[in-house]
Amino acid sequence: MAEVTNNEIVQALTEKFGGQIIGVNEPYGLLTFETTKDVIIEVLRFLKEDANTNFNFLTDITAVHYPEKKHGIAVVYHLHSMVKKIRVRVKVFIDEHHPTIPTATVLWNSANWMERETYDFFGVRFEGHPDLRRILNMDELGVHPMLKQYPLEDPNRVDKKDEYFGR
Amino acid sequence: MNHNQPVYTDNDPQNELVTLNLGPTHPATHGVFQNVIQLDGERIVSGVSTIGYIHRAFEKIAEHRPFYQITPLTDRLNYCSSPINNMGWHMTVEKLLNIQMPKRVDYLRVIVMELSRIADHIICNTIIAQDTGATTTFLYLFQFREHIYEIFEEICGARLTTNIGRIGGFERDFNDIAFAKINKFLKEFPVALKEFESLLNRNRIFIDRTSGVACVTAEQGLDYGWTGPLLRSTGVDYDVRVSEPYSSYQDFDFEVPVGTSGDIYDRYLVRNEEMWQSLRLIEQGMEKLKSEQAGIFHADVPEFYLPGKEEVYNNMEALIYHFKIVMGEIDAPKAEVYHAVEGGNGELGFYLINDGGRTPYRLHFRRPSFINYQMFAPMSKGMLLSDAIINMSSMNIIAGELDA
Repeated sequence: MAEVTNNEIVQALTEKFGGQIIGVNEPYGLLTFETTKDVIIEVLRFLKEDANTNFNFLTDITAVHYPEKKHGIAVVYHLHSMVKKIRVRVKVFIDEHHPTIPTATVLWNSANWMERETYDFFGVRFEGHPDLRRILNMDELGVHPMLKQYPLEDPNRVDKKDEYFGR
Repeated sequence: MNHNQPVYTDNDPQNELVTLNLGPTHPATHGVFQNVIQLDGERIVSGVSTIGYIHRAFEKIAEHRPFYQITPLTDRLNYCSSPINNMGWHMTVEKLLNIQMPKRVDYLRVIVMELSRIADHIICNTIIAQDTGATTTFLYLFQFREHIYEIFEEICGARLTTNIGRIGGFERDFNDIAFAKINKFLKEFPVALKEFESLLNRNRIFIDRTSGVACVTAEQGLDYGWTGPLLRSTGVDYDVRVSEPYSSYQDFDFEVPVGTSGDIYDRYLVRNEEMWQSLRLIEQGMEKLKSEQAGIFHADVPEFYLPGKEEVYNNMEALIYHFKIVMGEIDAPKAEVYHAVEGGNGELGFYLINDGGRTPYRLHFRRPSFINYQMFAPMSKGMLLSDAIINMSSMNIIAGELDA
């Protein structure tokens, strides 16, 4: 089985998607790049179905909140090619006030609960998802608790201030 | 017979479906999660899984805790094999900090991780037997889980939620009693495991209940994100220990068992064979330890390794580093890292984003139980209720790992 390097993957992606592939990076050897929500499903489909890359396995979908950025929510996909023994991380930055992105359930059934979890905690609406409901939190919660504006504990409590714990 | 068709005819007076709440505290679910299923007689027509009953917001809490305080949170993910979670977390931070571990620590870690893998598989396989009605096997093998916990107790003082080791190694060296107990375990466990296998492997009732039930193809397994023994039972030889070796697994000689049909019987066999392989790994680890210099149980990284209490009280440098680590005056690189280990149920991943502070900016756990379990409701359609119950046992869904 021919190995495939990070450079070759980037080359193939740039050839196909041009300027939509940005911010290519390799932290700790794991190829990481950003793309836009318009082409994300096509990028994932290409990575999954192209014979050279063959990222057949969706390891994880999650999100990160960066309140200070213009596009404040990063949806992060981890893909894995079990055949080529290589991983890739794909990020899409979306507007935190209108957090929508197409669903990856069209490619992997495993995306279903991962996207529900991401919706539950970050409020990212995955368009076309078959059953986008909260999964771990109660339905009445009303907020998406992993967003940075929500503190861990009730801010009005005085007995649990960080300073009392050396934090 | 087409299992998806109702078995009643039009003019049957019982021509209606029954809705059954299986859980959240049903004894057959072995954990706090609910399935609302529609039954036609004994056959499941549809099901909806509801989870989150013991969600404890670990990812949120982790954003407010320094690295060394996150280890006890990982205990409570898959609490049947806490040491694997602990060490997976330690290795994630070590990867972030670029810490190279001494070989002896790697081997000690392998021994502990394989012991906990055995403990995890003991639970799953004896529970499958228990749910098919074979109580004896459960009682025979389950006592060895107790012996494993005694070893953990000797190493770190705790049994179930172990909080074992530290970033940079172990908090203390294994003592002689621990080694003696491991050796005793290595001698006694194969006998019991052999007995366990001879009670079940060719047992007519057990095979009838499990063989050909809940078959899963490799394509389905990959599509639904299965990893670990479940995926291997479908025939995919994916094991993180082999594909991306961590903690010096590349120095060891072991095999990755795979099944063929992905049914419950194959999952049982794969887990059993993995226990044998874990025993091999522990034996090799004990052998390798002999050629390593005794007394090394942590890497030489005083800026990150929390020193022992006696050191802190009696030694200036240790006191300084203790203060710096606890007060968070040590910089970790601004970076993001994904590290995966082979947990009891599959690929346990840690996605850590650090912004240079003492707490993670974001920490995400890729929990195998959570991802494996989503196939349960779709695959239960058309299954008998009693088959679905052992299907659930064979998936080894641990509520702590499911909900995080």
